[in-house]
Amino acid sequence: MIVASGLTKHYGRKLAVDQLSFTVRAGVVTGFLGPNGAGKSTTMRMIMGLDAPSAGDVTVNGRHYHDLPWPLHEVGALLEAKAIHPGRSARAHLQMLAEANHISRRRVDEVLDVVGLSSVAGQRAGKFSLGMGQRLGIAATLLGDPEVLLFDEPVNGLDPDGIRWVRNFLKGLAREGRTVFVSSHLMSEMALTADEVVIIGRGRLIAQIPIDTLLAQSSQRYVRVRSPEIGKLKVALDHMGAVTVPEEDGSLSVRGPDEVAIGELAASISVVLHELAPQSASLEDAFMELTEASVEYHGVPATHPARPAVTP
Amino acid sequence: MTLSTGSRPVGPAKALPPGRYKMSGLLRSEWTKLRTLRSTMWTLGLTVFLGIGISVLACAETRAHWSTTQVSGFDPTSTSLIGVFFGQLTIGVLGVLAISGEYGSGTIRATFSAAPRRPLALLAKAAVFGLVALLVAEVVAFLSFFLGQALLTAPAIHATIGSPGALRAVGGSGVYLCLIGLFALGIATIVRHTAGSISAFLGILLVGPIIIRALPPSLSNEIEKFMPDHIGAAVVTLHMGSESLAPWIGLAVLCGYAVALLVIGAVLLVRRDA
Repeated sequence: MIVASGLTKHYGRKLAVDQLSFTVRAGVVTGFLGPNGAGKSTTMRMIMGLDAPSAGDVTVNGRHYHDLPWPLHEVGALLEAKAIHPGRSARAHLQMLAEANHISRRRVDEVLDVVGLSSVAGQRAGKFSLGMGQRLGIAATLLGDPEVLLFDEPVNGLDPDGIRWVRNFLKGLAREGRTVFVSSHLMSEMALTADEVVIIGRGRLIAQIPIDTLLAQSSQRYVRVRSPEIGKLKVALDHMGAVTVPEEDGSLSVRGPDEVAIGELAASISVVLHELAPQSASLEDAFMELTEASVEYHGVPATHPARPAVTP
Repeated sequence: MTLSTGSRPVGPAKALPPGRYKMSGLLRSEWTKLRTLRSTMWTLGLTVFLGIGISVLACAETRAHWSTTQVSGFDPTSTSLIGVFFGQLTIGVLGVLAISGEYGSGTIRATFSAAPRRPLALLAKAAVFGLVALLVAEVVAFLSFFLGQALLTAPAIHATIGSPGALRAVGGSGVYLCLIGLFALGIATIVRHTAGSISAFLGILLVGPIIIRALPPSLSNEIEKFMPDHIGAAVVTLHMGSESLAPWIGLAVLCGYAVALLVIGAVLLVRRDA
């Protein structure tokens, strides 16, 4: 279990993490979600005792990381891809970690096998692809067979096969009763992996909720309608209380009534339909909505070169 | 590449020794780190090659151009230890890389994850590096001496290890090289970046003396004898002048520098984010 309370981090005058409190439970995958620059990596470094909090506190299994008697046996962390000396082999990297925490050489071979790097274990890590670097990082987290695991953007640089593997792997770890905390800036990835999410923006907690609740909240279904007599249909829909939004491509997005109700309404007023397609708002849209106010760096849309960046 | 399944990577039942992670484990870990990098082999190999090679060259050259006028004041011991001054550059670079390489690659965060008590991790690193540096340096010093003396055949004069002061000069120059390496490790622990650390190290070792010599002699003589390179010269030379520190006192001072830098480095390690 990981417990953060009032966790705060300043870098000079910049506030990276602001009064963050959350709990990561054992037995589930907890996603750590937020736009780039929201403070996810900083928070993870504070959990690992690498960065000192400016205020507040974070503990792992009730203790500060610094006070863990055998850190790698209690916590495994993948903090950044390829945080390994390019001149050292994968096996040597794992071995030096293992030796520091009384882990056998046999275990090094085991974890290399688990992530599928056995055949390249003797090669210098500098030659590794980003995906291989991620796997090596994952192997390192498993060395001490720890109960708490942290992964910062673990699927970055992985191919679809690798992404699926990581997803199942994380779920498997949680099923074994471990505490799994995994960050991502991709809502869709979290929807497939996490049981619960901690959402942050600009260093502040936005929500900590079960993923199902979040999905229910955000799956605002709507129906796309096309018709040669779209104006007439819009009037009728508006009249029955639906929310209608004309789209640029000439279609109409309708919220409220489902496709059955819209079809019956169209029939009753003799309007021909060319399309009647139920849609669900994408998870990314929902996520954007949640974090909109907290996105740190807004780009200038390419289509509106004259528009200045929004500075909240 | 195919991945195995995500089923539990079952490890051996945990049978950990009582207490916390141990110094013995950290020493093994640091030894693995040091020996598994090619840069270590390169810098140590270069230390041996340059250290012995230049000493041997100096002795062969002296013998080839020997003239009787040289006899007075000729010091066969220090001639055979000239390579030490080249070896200090490479061993210093290795001392820097021992920790700056970890910062540069991000390995330092893995190191501190395994050993959150950072001064302990630094102590393990300094101990392992220091011991390796001392062994290699003593090999360089003794081989340089014996090979060099063997080349100084008659009519040139040569020394034996039993000659007055010879053992001190040879053994002491190995100690000097080791301390210079730890001095460089201390600088790099503070500076963290490879290029900056090497610049600072070479600056103190090579540029510092030039600047100090520009000062008025009364002042420069006082400061100069405390400079690392001057301490080294006093260790290697048998007939040193009164303006130098005595060899063992000089080495004690140099050891003090290295310890001071490492202690400052350890304090900064604790205070700074990794």
